[in-house]
Amino acid sequence: MKKNIFYLIILLFFTFIFTVFYIGLDKPNFYKPKEVKNKILEEFTSTDLFSNKEYNSYDIIENNKFTLINIWSSWCVPCRSEHLVLMDLSEKTNLNIVGLNYKDKKNNAIKFLNELGNPFSIILTDPDGIISISLGAYGVPETFLLNNKLKVIKKYIGPLTNENILEIIKIIK
Amino acid sequence: MIKLIKFILLILFLILSFQKLLVANNNSLLVDKISKNVRCLICQGQSVYDSQSDFALSMKMLIKNKLEEGKSEKQIYDYLKNQYGEWIVYEPGFNKKNLVLWIFPLILFIFGGLLIYRKVFIN
Repeated sequence: MKKNIFYLIILLFFTFIFTVFYIGLDKPNFYKPKEVKNKILEEFTSTDLFSNKEYNSYDIIENNKFTLINIWSSWCVPCRSEHLVLMDLSEKTNLNIVGLNYKDKKNNAIKFLNELGNPFSIILTDPDGIISISLGAYGVPETFLLNNKLKVIKKYIGPLTNENILEIIKIIK
Repeated sequence: MIKLIKFILLILFLILSFQKLLVANNNSLLVDKISKNVRCLICQGQSVYDSQSDFALSMKMLIKNKLEEGKSEKQIYDYLKNQYGEWIVYEPGFNKKNLVLWIFPLILFIFGGLLIYRKVFIN
């Protein structure tokens, strides 16, 4: 009798371990960033790319109902394709699009804009990447859609696509 | 007299400058310690300390700035967790999702102890 209980416990133990690992194997083990919806963006100050004038995060919102902050860089390859999408968005809507130039050289950034156009109302600089980190960004390109209280309504990691643009237009309407 | 004042001033200056050096050094050690406990989110299996990616370099600067602002180690971890989620720190917090993981070794330990106790003292 005693032996039977012992074997039963061992059997239950291994069944438990097997089940845990079996379920664990099925789960995807890649990291998905946390949803940052409805989070208030941290306040920051930065300088304008062209005029070196200092701006606070509340200055860039101004009286706009929605603001799109796009983190970009001239050395970032996906930003090139994304730029066309942003140009399209700026032509279709009057959304306040703010650029955050990430770890870039001024000359290269201006050359990039001259070549592909400028969809931004203001371009702020982030030479050390610290502002981007304090916004909770992973790298370039990354885009935040904010309301007039700096609340993140939507965050896009990676280049914006035409589907994303349609979604943004739907939200701001 | 003037010589004496000059001498005292020189000593004071030296003490102050060394103190500054000492504080800076302490901070850089703390930056290293914190960045070793923070995961580089865009790298595979590397801490911020180990990585040379843009993300990690900026993160190290941010940690340094926060320390200079007078933030404590815990405040910095909490700040990063708030920005990027629990995953950014290597040591997971105690919550109901990982309850079994935390409790299981303890259960095994007690169970094993009981087995040994029975074998040695009862039989």
